[in-house]
Amino acid sequence: MFDAEPLKRTPLTELNIELGGKMVGFAGYEMPVQFPEGVMKEHLHTRAKAGLFDVSHMGQVILRPKSGRIEDAALALERLVPVDILGLKEGRQRYALFTDEKGGILDDLMVANRGDHLFVVVNAACKAQDVAHMRAHLSDLCEVEELTDRALVALQGPAAEAALAKFAPEVAGMAFMEVRGVSILSADCIVSRSGYSGEDGYEISVPARAAVALVRALLDNADVHPIGLGARDSLRLEAGLCLYGNDIDTTTTPVAAALEWAVQKVRRAGGARAGGFPGADVILPEFEAGAARRRVGIAPEGRAPIRGGALFRDETSTDPVGHITSGGFGPTTEAPVAMGYVDTALSAAGTRLFADLRGKRVAVTVATLPFITPRYKR
Amino acid sequence: MLKFTDDHEWLNVADGVATVGITTHAVEQLGDLVFVDLPEVGATLAKNDAAATVESVKAASDVYCPLEGEVIEVNEAIRNDPSIVNSAPQADGWFFKLKLANPAEAEALMDEAAYLALVG
Repeated sequence: MFDAEPLKRTPLTELNIELGGKMVGFAGYEMPVQFPEGVMKEHLHTRAKAGLFDVSHMGQVILRPKSGRIEDAALALERLVPVDILGLKEGRQRYALFTDEKGGILDDLMVANRGDHLFVVVNAACKAQDVAHMRAHLSDLCEVEELTDRALVALQGPAAEAALAKFAPEVAGMAFMEVRGVSILSADCIVSRSGYSGEDGYEISVPARAAVALVRALLDNADVHPIGLGARDSLRLEAGLCLYGNDIDTTTTPVAAALEWAVQKVRRAGGARAGGFPGADVILPEFEAGAARRRVGIAPEGRAPIRGGALFRDETSTDPVGHITSGGFGPTTEAPVAMGYVDTALSAAGTRLFADLRGKRVAVTVATLPFITPRYKR
Repeated sequence: MLKFTDDHEWLNVADGVATVGITTHAVEQLGDLVFVDLPEVGATLAKNDAAATVESVKAASDVYCPLEGEVIEVNEAIRNDPSIVNSAPQADGWFFKLKLANPAEAEALMDEAAYLALVG
């Protein structure tokens, strides 16, 4: 393939350009990596006030049970994820993982119970594969419908509640991971109290034709600034959240990825619906035996960021004992922050290791994630 | 004498010593700098040697030595506060001073008008 596919646009691409976004190709979409304010200030503004992110490149999918019973859709999806979907109450959302036969992770996703259907949000880079995966395995019980006529925006930060409640007062009463259908500026939106920044905030699915008006109305508030993918990445890294393709992929199991919390007891060995998802024979024993390596936070000493791909060694060995999967500078922590995988024996917080950085050895410490104190609205 | 390279470094040459930094254009491309690694004082560098590294919030980039010479001073202020490079790249944000092995070679580098034409 010598010719790259032309980049796709979101309902907000033109507005992103108008706002001065520096546009780059990301997962096949033309997306803003930063706005004129710059990554550092965008990051800090999101933690201080509120940031608005176009995440319309992500996939939005509805799973509608053919029987009309939501339980059937939940049990169908449980074939693909090691997660308690049946126990997910109406109006609630939960983090989930598509696993493969080897116990690896095909993608991470959000699943919401919307009463008569499940609403699923998947990563942009994986969405074609995810939709095909769901169609192949769920079509006996569910209609799998990709919503291509909706935008998705995230409003994150301590001022997010006031900024959105101005147009929809009821969102102020929502709890973390709650999902509701909300009319905003006369558009039928799906709002969840969630995000990818470590801050309180919302993710808003809005009909494509209403997206620009909604974003303009939100940006009319001086507290709300447009934020690019650069700050989205540094915010999520400080918050200890995984980026699919970097921190988790088909070579990492849920236990190695330190995502045990995403696998509820009912799906683990001894649970009422134990197993029954791809790779269960690999994944479930790891809850007892552990995995060979483990995802950890990494705090490098000094100011130099250590980026994905860098290798770790311990005091004595010359063989690598792990590697960085995401790394950069944390504008809020005012220090380099990273995450990566190390041999499980070396995964305790406080363990000192060394990373290779441009031919030098930089001391790093295994750190507890997240690097910041999350401010979710529990 | 103010000169430029196509790697987006600037040099201010006086009495055989070049003060070296990165251009306003380079800084605009890099974004917010968070870390600067400087050469050691006393190091002898050849033309095009990697002399320093800058890390922005996005990525690491090398700063090349524009001419052969010996590093006689580095700007400790930018090591402590890399944002100085963002705010004043062609003044307080200088990187290092180089005692040129062949000061006459500086003549052949681009002047400001040629550099500005290059970056458009």
